[in-house]
Amino acid sequence: MSSRIFRARHAMGSTVRGPALVANDGFSARYDLDRIKGVFSRPAHKLVGQSYVGKILVLDTAKGGVATAWMLHEMKSRGIVPLALVFNSVNPILAQGAALGDVSMLAGFDEDITAAIPNGAEVEVNPGEGVIKVVG
Amino acid sequence: MKLNDEEKDILAGKVGPVPQQALQHQIKVGEFFGAEDLVPVTQAHLMADTESLGEAGVRWLEGLVAATEGQRRVRIATITDPRGTDFANAEWLGQTSAMLDLERRAISAFEALGVAMTNTCINYQTIQAPTRNEHVAFGDTGVVIYSNSVCGARSNFEGGPSALAAGLTGRTPRYGFHLPEKRRATLRIDVDFTPTSLNGWGALGGVIGRIAGNYWAVPVIEGIEGAPKSDQLKHFGASMASFGSIALFHLAGLTPEAGQLSDVAKPGLPSLRVTKADVDALQRSYHTDDAVDVVVFSAPQLSLYELSDLAGLCDGRRFTVPLLAVTSPQVKPDADRMGYTSRIEAAGGSVLSGMCFYQSYAREISEANGWKRLATNSAKLVNILGGYGYRPMLASMETCVDAAVSGKLART
Repeated sequence: MSSRIFRARHAMGSTVRGPALVANDGFSARYDLDRIKGVFSRPAHKLVGQSYVGKILVLDTAKGGVATAWMLHEMKSRGIVPLALVFNSVNPILAQGAALGDVSMLAGFDEDITAAIPNGAEVEVNPGEGVIKVVG
Repeated sequence: MKLNDEEKDILAGKVGPVPQQALQHQIKVGEFFGAEDLVPVTQAHLMADTESLGEAGVRWLEGLVAATEGQRRVRIATITDPRGTDFANAEWLGQTSAMLDLERRAISAFEALGVAMTNTCINYQTIQAPTRNEHVAFGDTGVVIYSNSVCGARSNFEGGPSALAAGLTGRTPRYGFHLPEKRRATLRIDVDFTPTSLNGWGALGGVIGRIAGNYWAVPVIEGIEGAPKSDQLKHFGASMASFGSIALFHLAGLTPEAGQLSDVAKPGLPSLRVTKADVDALQRSYHTDDAVDVVVFSAPQLSLYELSDLAGLCDGRRFTVPLLAVTSPQVKPDADRMGYTSRIEAAGGSVLSGMCFYQSYAREISEANGWKRLATNSAKLVNILGGYGYRPMLASMETCVDAAVSGKLART
């Protein structure tokens, strides 16, 4: 399978590779997650019940409050954390949280990244080059 | 990013490792968003409840405190958002000693860093409102959207680590709503009615937040009649920020940057209509049960006027389910002194201070008390609590108080 590459305008962190968990929905660590169990818990979220641990989360946009800025760091300390965050757009909170928690992140694409990346695909996030590649 | 000589010295560690680490964090975030430089800020407001911090966050703070005295204090006024508990009421809320111990450690660390423990999300009503064009580094989305929109100040959402960094360096990356061009409207909203209740204002904010949809959207709203009160705009903004991650709105003819529509909106900007039916539909969508386990007034913390109204509704009543009203440590002594607290308590209610319901281990409180079906007049709170296992329902303050008496939430 040939790889498909998508370029982001904003990038942070180091290169990681893993399975993509994709939905055209928002994200807030406080609003949407059961951070103890490591699953999406908000009933209205499209990924409700699914584990985000070790996944490369591909979502539309950041939602909600400022708590995510601390929570990614706390989640990382327990190993119950997404491998990377890949969003059509992010707010400052998500960027601040990724910076503190050392979670790789990409944001800002020419296409809807939630439509471009198949759910479950193996992907590589390379912030140094500002790209996400579908590799399998 | 372009740095001046003072900033270069901070980055080089000449004033110590804590400001250096703070500036490194700010540069990382600033470069992510393409900031060209840093802008001096006058105040920082720090969200750091221990549910969010966790053990890892508190240890991180304690690591900062371990630096040399004199090299780790904030250099501008730096205040805090609500904490994770009201120590006086923690036990009956079902909070554990481990939660309180973590809270004490966090408070001790913040105080060592020079942070003032104001514990409020309504600092623009109780501490000091920012002025037009004042650059600040505020956390709590409700604080930011009110300060940007109603006061005309300039802030991005600054999460706890970034607000603390701003306190330590006295500046923040210049991107987003620090830039005049980012403050112009990106969509017009035409409303066909003006709410009167706080839940109505919150629901309208929620509808607009959902439409606007992301942080970089700036709605300008037309059709509001009269001059909304601070508490009404508090609920309106907090809900819009919660539902849509919105940090700035304009009310045409009312808020400081939108004396006229053309001041913020270019000709031909698309306009969407929001009706009373849209707002009613949002409220009805949360009315999923008729029985209520608990009534909560919080998010944002209540002003003195809200507590006065609530006290009036409590007179002569007797609650059969718990009713919690949450306010700031600045308002609580006045509410005590003026008798509002005792009137609410006489009906069986509780007035809590310095915390906020959703920032205080809401999931654990739910499990400890068997609270699932929660009635509130805060649209922000209903948007948040679903993820914590609650079935939150939105109604007026009057209807919520009636529900505390009967255990049933009337349909409107």
